[in-house]
Amino acid sequence: MDSVTEPFAYLFSHFFELTITGLALGSVYALVALGYTMVYGVLQLINFAHSEVFMYGTFAVIWTLYFLNATPDTSGAALIMMLLTALVVAMVLSAIVALILERVAYRPLIKRQAPKLVALISAIGASFMLAELMGLRSRLAGFVGLDDNLERYVSRSRDTRGMPLDIPQYKVFTIGDYGVTNVDILVIFSALAMMVLLDQYVRRSRMGRGIRAVAQDPESAALMGVNSTRVVQLTFLLGGLMAGAAATLYMIRIGATRFDAGFILGVKAFTAAVMGGIGNLRGALLGGLVLGVSENWGAALFGNEWRDVVAFVLLVLILLFRPTGLLGEALGKARA
Amino acid sequence: MKHPSSLIRLGAVAAATALVLSACGSTDDAADSGDDGAAAACDLKIGYMGPLTGDYANLGLNMIGGVKLALAEYNTENEDCQITLEEYDSQGDPEKATPLATEVIQDDKVIGLVGPSFSGETEATGPAFAEAGLVTVSPSATNPNLSTNGWDTFHRVLGNDATQAPAAAQYITGTVGSSKVFVVDDASEYGKGIADGVAEALGDVVLDRDTVQQKQSDFAATVTKVKASGADSLFYGGYYAEAGLLAKQLKAGGWDGQFVSGDGSLDPGFVEAAGAEGAEGAVLTCPCAPSPDDFAASFSELNGAEPGTYSAEAYDAANVLIQGLADGNTAREDLLAWVNSYDAPGITKQIKFDETGEVSGVTVYAYPVVGGVIEPGQPIE
Repeated sequence: MDSVTEPFAYLFSHFFELTITGLALGSVYALVALGYTMVYGVLQLINFAHSEVFMYGTFAVIWTLYFLNATPDTSGAALIMMLLTALVVAMVLSAIVALILERVAYRPLIKRQAPKLVALISAIGASFMLAELMGLRSRLAGFVGLDDNLERYVSRSRDTRGMPLDIPQYKVFTIGDYGVTNVDILVIFSALAMMVLLDQYVRRSRMGRGIRAVAQDPESAALMGVNSTRVVQLTFLLGGLMAGAAATLYMIRIGATRFDAGFILGVKAFTAAVMGGIGNLRGALLGGLVLGVSENWGAALFGNEWRDVVAFVLLVLILLFRPTGLLGEALGKARA
Repeated sequence: MKHPSSLIRLGAVAAATALVLSACGSTDDAADSGDDGAAAACDLKIGYMGPLTGDYANLGLNMIGGVKLALAEYNTENEDCQITLEEYDSQGDPEKATPLATEVIQDDKVIGLVGPSFSGETEATGPAFAEAGLVTVSPSATNPNLSTNGWDTFHRVLGNDATQAPAAAQYITGTVGSSKVFVVDDASEYGKGIADGVAEALGDVVLDRDTVQQKQSDFAATVTKVKASGADSLFYGGYYAEAGLLAKQLKAGGWDGQFVSGDGSLDPGFVEAAGAEGAEGAVLTCPCAPSPDDFAASFSELNGAEPGTYSAEAYDAANVLIQGLADGNTAREDLLAWVNSYDAPGITKQIKFDETGEVSGVTVYAYPVVGGVIEPGQPIE
């Protein structure tokens, strides 16, 4: 009896801590999930290489901080300026990677009207290639003779790399018996803000209307004069920007990355997108948060090794009762 | 699945046996043709097997630097009669190591091998080396079971995991003085093995355990559990990447107990992942000895990099083989006999092997992290 009720007692006594740290984890999932969900909404294509777009963003953060000579003693305004710069660089680099991906791995296939399955294989191939390029960066730098100049950027290229600075964490206020930290607040609210911005952009702007039009019916959209190539590019660009922001928040929270860090996070983010209803922006947010929290609760109830089991059982249950995810599919059907 | 692989294995064994016979033949010829054994040591080779590229390359590079230093020292004193190094890059993968072992055995210039480096590859290649009678001295394979296979050729110059776990437990209860310990492992063969060993040695001062996953990056649920348990120290069985992240997140989550981990975490990558702040005060245990200063100086001069985990052990392992060759044991069977009866001081410890290939006089060291740097280890009493 005791062994059954004990985990629940533990979950309830640490409810707020587990929930808030789960929300912070889920916020990162949600931002990455946006990339999956938007590309799916427009192209009905699962862009498996999106996880690597995120991973390049995490390295952009570290490299920017190296370049700015960040040290563990950096603090105050300098720290904030550096992180903001890193955010911008990460968003730009991720967006560039996403655009290259679209240009090289997808557009030629779409032009030739290749089956979706071919594009999926192309995505998986691109994902491996991007990850290995990062993992072999010391050799790439060696080929062009820059490995000495770039020593710090490329050394130990298959190993975990950490941020060169320490972000101070302190309690801001207390909920239940958990002291919510500045990092929790920063991560959750930044992610929410990015989501709202994107959602409003897609709903209200001219280009956003183009995205929704192509998602709804590509042929009619083309007849109405929507440039579908531009729309696809924009979709990848927005997904890349969000992945870059996610990468920055991830680095603020976790602080280290490696060349294959995208893989697991990508699987989780894709799960979040499906959970919330793939193609649905608000669904991605909800799915990410639900997944993050359920992982933490699952770990508390059954032990950490069961966290993924709990999360995926939940996914299966949700899809059993709502096959199109929590908020339903489709970017295009969003009310105009 | 099973049939082809066992056929291949049979083939490899047959090939190996044939080669051993031919190798014995050729050295007999050399002996017949006269003169002293030392001259015959010329243009012979020792091998090194381990990860030189891939995910674990750092460890392999630590080791091969030590081997190179030992060879360079011998070769500068014996300019007219050099021993050369043959590198076998297994990437630490048992599947890649198996064909390499055949390659080692087929090259009759290779008289002895430093390695294999990891327990998995040692397990996979052990039977072939034993069959061929090729002596191996590993600087880093620590799985306790490796010495129980009856391979006469297997040796290692450091203590196994079974000696490390009680020492780590001793450190936690003795030096740290903790009586409330939380044990975490990463569910890997190595990580769970050493965590089980530590938990068993600690007995009932272990409050609770948790398991994380390799490549996991968010440990919030574990941090909550550790804080809730009221533990004032934690042992982590696993590798440095996850260990670093866990140490950082524990500290950031407000836990201020003592973080202890094993040799899998003894790498600058631990501090890289944890950050200087997160790693501060952590203690990493290892049956490997810190590099003596003069060794470290010559190592850096030759290799252009600081010695790391297992560098000194690799140097010792190479020296055992080199001294054997210098002494005129230029046939594989002679060198094997030489290593089996070896008894001399190395830079890490007195090196003498028991009949199973375990080195005597094992000491486990505790390496503290201070100011973002892993300081030289102190022996655990």
